[in-house]
Amino acid sequence: MLNCVYRLVAPRSFEPVQMQVSPSSESVVVRPTHLSICNADMRYYLGRRSAAALAEKLPMALIHEGIGQVVFDATGAFERGQQVVMLPNAPCEQDDFIAENYLRTSKFCGSGFDGFMQEYVVLPPERVLELPAGIDTHVAAFTELVSVATHALTRFGAIAHGRRETIGVWGDGNLGFIVALLLHVNYPNARIYVVGRTAAKLADFTFATDGLLSNDIADLPPVDHAFECCGGDGSASAIGQIIDCIRPEGTVSLLGVSENPPPINTRMVLEKGLRFFGSSRSGRADFENTVQLYREYPETLDYLRSLVGEVRRVQTVADMAAAFEADTQKRGGKTIMVWDV
Amino acid sequence: MSNMKHNAYAAILAGGSGTRMGSTDKPKQFLMLGDAPIIVHTIEKFCVFGGFDRVVVLCPAEWQNQMRDLLERYLPAHADQVDVAAGGSMRNDTVMNAIRYMQDNFDVDEDTVLVTHDAVRPFVSHRILQENIDAAREHGACDTVVPATDTIVESLDGATISAVPDRRTLYQGQTPQSFNLLKLKELIEGLSDEEAATLTDACKIFVLRDEPVALVAGDVGNMKITYPQDLRVATALMGD
Repeated sequence: MLNCVYRLVAPRSFEPVQMQVSPSSESVVVRPTHLSICNADMRYYLGRRSAAALAEKLPMALIHEGIGQVVFDATGAFERGQQVVMLPNAPCEQDDFIAENYLRTSKFCGSGFDGFMQEYVVLPPERVLELPAGIDTHVAAFTELVSVATHALTRFGAIAHGRRETIGVWGDGNLGFIVALLLHVNYPNARIYVVGRTAAKLADFTFATDGLLSNDIADLPPVDHAFECCGGDGSASAIGQIIDCIRPEGTVSLLGVSENPPPINTRMVLEKGLRFFGSSRSGRADFENTVQLYREYPETLDYLRSLVGEVRRVQTVADMAAAFEADTQKRGGKTIMVWDV
Repeated sequence: MSNMKHNAYAAILAGGSGTRMGSTDKPKQFLMLGDAPIIVHTIEKFCVFGGFDRVVVLCPAEWQNQMRDLLERYLPAHADQVDVAAGGSMRNDTVMNAIRYMQDNFDVDEDTVLVTHDAVRPFVSHRILQENIDAAREHGACDTVVPATDTIVESLDGATISAVPDRRTLYQGQTPQSFNLLKLKELIEGLSDEEAATLTDACKIFVLRDEPVALVAGDVGNMKITYPQDLRVATALMGD
């Protein structure tokens, strides 16, 4: 089958290329309908990855957050027209101890392998998951990001000690919002404090106990555990504040991606006996848990709706570039491409 | 293909003799593009799209057996979606054959949409197919076009320019062209012999009878593989 793939060939430059794909008897063909732009995509689009990374990974179709409709399924697992979320991680082996999203052999869409900016996406049925009927498609488009938070909370549940009365979330961006929201849902009696840089964004965390500006955290009580969701240049100061504010034996969950290695006050990490663990991406179980969350706590979807920022219909390469350019101007939230190529 | 009835049928028009394709005497739709003949790519696109009750390939009588062989070899998963029927000597004859085939074999009614497409345009996109069905349903007929990029000149005597039309109002026609099936049949059957001999474009028949034909935005990538160099361009559009 000929399938048009829209690849980033250089920063700010997309080109269509016709790829021959052969859906096997074990393939599901999904027509993408809603794609969500992630900061990782923007780093490629704007050329903010290292020259070596750009040279190695481009040309490549971006986007790893997206949903679509099944158009053809030789496996019989799905009906034509079913709305599904596409899973970007393709594990190539199984391991009894290492999760699929950490296996170095796994392939990830939009990071070395073509992402979802395609006319059709051909996937094995294990990488396709049915969405609840009638779900808000703009919210569902960034289910992958929610699944990353689900993954981090699942690991937190297994790693952190049992006192979870006060939890701090550093970062007032999309990931910080989702992590704080899922903490609120999973630990309804916990006090959730959010530390961020923008008062207007912090005001949107209505479900949290309080929001504090990072340059004035005098009122922040000691936290049992913390989540770092800043990434970029904000990582270093956030980690520093967390080490200062967290109680001994607390667990620090790192989720922010930083191009430069942040310095860490290891003396205090040792003195307090802190645990740091990193989380990245997600696997099928995390997607299943996320969709289950949508079903059990539909109010979560209402909160997530406030993250929907710019919504753009995309039919041409020029529309794609316009959507990515719009994302550079956003105050916050997610840019959603209504995919119609 | 699901059991849902779409009331839309596709006719892949492969009636050409292929005499323009360089030294080869094979109709150009049967030439290889990547790992499969051009026409196989085109048919597969229509099958995967999934919005048609049946895809019918209209090709020269002497090529029908080979066409069936190709379908069996390359598209076994879609065998129940595709039929092969005889084309006609002219494009309108082929379209008429398609209409007759649909009426003889399927439940055609006043809402049935027929999407006609050149076999040698394998890069047609999902969006173009969907918009064709939607536009034909809403307006009765539609044509897939792209804005003209070259200046078009008119010459009535073939020697000097008689007019230079405003390019902003000009488009280049591609396919699909899509129609309300029974309306198309009615208009073709109403043509005089003289009209039938000169009207090679089904959309033009609608225009001649003051019937609306909506525009569907095509894509420059939806190219027609007509000349030998087109196959080179088409190959260049494909990735590794």
